[in-house]
Amino acid sequence: MTHSSSFVDAKQKRTDTRGYTGTLAISRFRAPVPLLEIRRVTRRFGDFVAVDDVSIAVEPGEFFTLLGPSGCGKTTLLRMIAGFDMPDEGQILLDGKDLADTPPERRPVHTVFQSYALFPHMTVAQNVAFPLRMAGRPAQEVARRTQEELDIVHLSDKAGAYPHELSGGQKQRVALARGLVNRPRLLLLDEPLGALDAKLRVEMQLELTMLQKNLGITFIFVTHAQYEALALSDRIAVMNSGRVEQLDTPDHIYGSPRNRFVADFIGKINLYNCSVIATSSESLRLSVAGLGEVWAPPHADVPAGTAGTFALRPEHARIVPRSQNPLMKNHLFGRVREFFYVGDVTTYVIDLDSGVRFQALLANSAPGRAKFFELGDEVAVEWPNEAGMFLSR
Amino acid sequence: MADAMKRNTSSRLTKWLVAGPPLVFLTLFFLLPALIMVVASVRYPGEFGALAPLFPTRPGEEAGLTLENYGVFFSDWIYADIFAKSFGVAALTTLLCLAMSYPLALLIARSPRRHRDLLVLLVILPFASNFLVRVYAWMIILGPLDLLFSRFAVIVGMVYVHLPFMILPLYTNLEKHDPVLLDAAQDLGANGWNRFWRVTFPLSLPGILSGSALVFIPVLGMFAIPEILGGKDDWLVGNMIKESFLGTRDWPFGSMLSIMLTAGVLAIAGIAAWAARRVTVHA
Repeated sequence: MTHSSSFVDAKQKRTDTRGYTGTLAISRFRAPVPLLEIRRVTRRFGDFVAVDDVSIAVEPGEFFTLLGPSGCGKTTLLRMIAGFDMPDEGQILLDGKDLADTPPERRPVHTVFQSYALFPHMTVAQNVAFPLRMAGRPAQEVARRTQEELDIVHLSDKAGAYPHELSGGQKQRVALARGLVNRPRLLLLDEPLGALDAKLRVEMQLELTMLQKNLGITFIFVTHAQYEALALSDRIAVMNSGRVEQLDTPDHIYGSPRNRFVADFIGKINLYNCSVIATSSESLRLSVAGLGEVWAPPHADVPAGTAGTFALRPEHARIVPRSQNPLMKNHLFGRVREFFYVGDVTTYVIDLDSGVRFQALLANSAPGRAKFFELGDEVAVEWPNEAGMFLSR
Repeated sequence: MADAMKRNTSSRLTKWLVAGPPLVFLTLFFLLPALIMVVASVRYPGEFGALAPLFPTRPGEEAGLTLENYGVFFSDWIYADIFAKSFGVAALTTLLCLAMSYPLALLIARSPRRHRDLLVLLVILPFASNFLVRVYAWMIILGPLDLLFSRFAVIVGMVYVHLPFMILPLYTNLEKHDPVLLDAAQDLGANGWNRFWRVTFPLSLPGILSGSALVFIPVLGMFAIPEILGGKDDWLVGNMIKESFLGTRDWPFGSMLSIMLTAGVLAIAGIAAWAARRVTVHA
């Protein structure tokens, strides 16, 4: 939202110019424009609205992620930025200039495709050199910059190899080098890590962020992998059904989800229907289905009686044996039904006495074999007031 | 161990059972006749056609083996001339077929999937009518235009008959191209021409080569079209071979011409295969 306001500022500045009129005034006093501005873009396919009135501004040098389930419109949006698809309504501006009349081959925007789309009949070096040759750079410069780029992605020894001779990770790096060699204003990455195995994926994530920071090129990254988005991004736009549900930094997206969809999509969370009993400046008193009366941090403009969702992250809850007296106001009793041990943490699924299910997470921070509770153990769960979240829908 | 060996033996048996019949068939009806023809080409013609006996039955009779037929071939420039003409017609036909087929194959490959089968069916539809009828049809078209019995008419007929043999392998190749490669090329700055010339065309070379082989080789041996549509000077190798067997009844000479033609085709196929290996090894 900060970006629409900076846009308003820019408009204000233009009218404030004393004495100056026309283009000169506009160019001299223009406020910094975002690198990419998606302005109220809508795209329909028949009755289906793939992208629904989306506005996003991406700043230079940002690692920006479009995150959402498949079919949420993120890939359609990416294709419109690349120029392979056109908005039905709205505009896409790069450096303040509308891209509507610029075909994909003339946009300073390159894409790393999910399938890499390496040219099978060209060597690694020829693939990387392709954008330079298309840009009509002299042969010597092409050779030099191709070599430099291959050095950056550690593939100099594979220059003469063909794509089918490479591993998945190597193909990925060739695709990256090819997309970056021309130093585009914007690099679009369409689920580029989707085809890699878990370990390689983490390695490539690291390489990707380092490459992006070192080169200072703006990345727009499309993924449905929430942890990848959290780990890599400067900012994330969480998309659902063609709309942006929340646009924020990773910690805000995770820590303060704006609604039930975002809370549910990002990470693990306990979600229950609830309604507001009473509100004060210190706290919110909620009636939560299956949990009873619960206290949550204050929330602006929710009058008593408002229906919504109560959300609590599993890692914010504490589990103690039932025999031990809970210390916090928000506490409930139950029985361990299942647990998922993944090494560093264990997630416990607890059947509360009221019959609803509740997840709590314990870090296995003590050395040695870590296991605090067994199946069927009688336990109590508790959490501080400020850990709970009231979501308006 | 024993199990693995048993499995190995049984799989080998299956392989032979599957490959056996066609192998026997080809040996009996292709390899053997080809060898007979090689032998026939170094024998004397019989008095009333066929072959003279290997051993003389009466004094003065020509019998045994001779290289005379090959001698005739290399001593008169007219045979080399007809061979050159034949290879020229075949090459020109192949080029024209390629030029006409490529856009069409591309069009079919890029049309919506549900239309493709219908379009392919239309391409092979001419096969449903008799070959001779289709060639005679050209007589009716070219006759009034005063173009009949000419080299032009021969080429037209050749191209017309062989077009599907170029379109189908080209289409099969182009249809397999991953469309995302063209998106990638465009995304990286390639305009329409560069997308074709640097991506589509090099990737279609295997299709071009197999289509060319399927047109070039049959055209070399074709005798019906020159006979029906061509003039006196438009005889090709195929006509000479046919005439040797059915006209002058000089089987050894016809066999020699066939062997020379086969040698020529093999030489060109060898070059094509070598070229194909060079361009397809990484495609």
